[in-house]
Amino acid sequence: MSTIKKIQKEIIADFEMFDDWIQKYEYLIDLGKDLAPINEKNKTEENLIKGCQSRVWLHAEYTDGKIIFTADSDAIMTKGIVAMLINVLSNQDPKDVATAKLNFIKKIGLTEQLSPTRANGLVSMIKKMKLYAIAFNN
Amino acid sequence: MLDIIEIRKQFPILSRKVNGHDLVYFDNGATTQKPQSVITAESNYYQNENSNVHRGVHFLSGLATDRFEETRITIQNFINAKHSREIIFTKGTTDSINIVANGYRTLLNKGDEIIISELEHHSNIVPWQMCCEHSGATLKVIPLLDNGSLDMIAFENFLSENTKLVSISHVSNTLGTINPVEEIIEKAQAVGAKVMIDGAQAASHIALNMQSLGADFYCFSAHKLYGPTGIGILYGKESVLNELPAYQGGGEMIKEVSFKKTTYAGIPHKFEAGTPNIAGVVAFKEAINFITKIGLSNIAKHEKILLQYATKEVLKIEGLKIYGIAKNKSAIISFNINKLHPYDIGMIMDKMGVAIRTGHHCTQPVMKRFNIPGTARISLAVYNTKNEIDICIKAIKKAKLMLS
Repeated sequence: MSTIKKIQKEIIADFEMFDDWIQKYEYLIDLGKDLAPINEKNKTEENLIKGCQSRVWLHAEYTDGKIIFTADSDAIMTKGIVAMLINVLSNQDPKDVATAKLNFIKKIGLTEQLSPTRANGLVSMIKKMKLYAIAFNN
Repeated sequence: MLDIIEIRKQFPILSRKVNGHDLVYFDNGATTQKPQSVITAESNYYQNENSNVHRGVHFLSGLATDRFEETRITIQNFINAKHSREIIFTKGTTDSINIVANGYRTLLNKGDEIIISELEHHSNIVPWQMCCEHSGATLKVIPLLDNGSLDMIAFENFLSENTKLVSISHVSNTLGTINPVEEIIEKAQAVGAKVMIDGAQAASHIALNMQSLGADFYCFSAHKLYGPTGIGILYGKESVLNELPAYQGGGEMIKEVSFKKTTYAGIPHKFEAGTPNIAGVVAFKEAINFITKIGLSNIAKHEKILLQYATKEVLKIEGLKIYGIAKNKSAIISFNINKLHPYDIGMIMDKMGVAIRTGHHCTQPVMKRFNIPGTARISLAVYNTKNEIDICIKAIKKAKLMLS
């Protein structure tokens, strides 16, 4: 099993312990708070993904055959999901990131967060992560 | 006192559950819910009356046309316009503004000025920017004061013989400010300018009288007045509408078509090209009947009590700041709590069945003015109750607790 698959499985298992949305949301908020900060100099206009509701910054680097993502969001719930995406996709081989199937968001019942109509920047973020991976893979 | 329980019974959607809770619908500034009479009228039209308007000689076509025109007269009476031909059916407020702004592209020249304000919805900004781009006219923007009201001194300083058009919202969708439109109309018309009032947030809350107000143009949307989506009204004084160039070409809007020269129909048909949303227009009449049966002054009274109560209660929440504290306010409360993001607040409240709006509300200049990414907005309607406000306050407190 690839690491990406394994991490997703762990996240799904974490969420299975929660009884209600409150616990789920509180967990997301904590994840958001604990997300390793992005270097302020990388919070550029170029790295900014503008959603109508919340904004996301995404920075990518390629070191020692791995793709390293750092990110931030101005809304804490969005940031919690950003943190999970970083957890799953950062520090991985670009080839794995490019081909990764992200099923955990649906499995943990947060699909509505990834609806394009939500305009919270997350859909564009995943797309951008994949594009970076493809670029670094070439 | 209004019998709110009786009023609520007319709205089927208000008895549904959202995320396991009774729905508390506080997003009325975006759109209001529809009473059964409107829903029935729309389906009845398709079941029994459907035909195209103003075209056929057959029975149903005549019936559909009668129903369609009945709404025009209902609207005329609702806003006390002088003639029913001064009422034009559009797709919505945005469409209404675009019809006027598009017409002014050819009526304005370099050196002419259009005045709008900092609190306008994007739909009362962008069409005028486009109009200026095409005509060479200049856009002047009345700044906002800290309390969310317009800087009327700046407005007066802008006025000159170059002012050709002033377009201002009656009520701010973000701040709730009720603008002094009577004063704006009087002062603008004194320098020879025409005035357009965007009444999207006003028409379901404030009784309108076009003949005494004197605006050259006034517009609003049916869906914010308990009516169907996709229907708007553009009111214009007859003389002003006659001067305004046609917007879209097509059927219905012509008098005679030849390849040499086409002549246009008179108002209102000049601005109603193509087959309209007939079912929506027919159903809109029922929405107006719903409002007039209760009485706009009674609605306003009820909403004022709710606004005062909600304002008092939300201000008890520590760290909560209301944006828009003008003296004259409609039932809208825009707020933030400390540095919490409105999106987070809205998401948690949604889980508790409370529907509010979050974001910039299509008023980015207002957000820039107050240096915030957005606000959480409560906007009330006639069917809302104090009990719902209590539930909303609980939800806000819960959101604050979870996010802090």
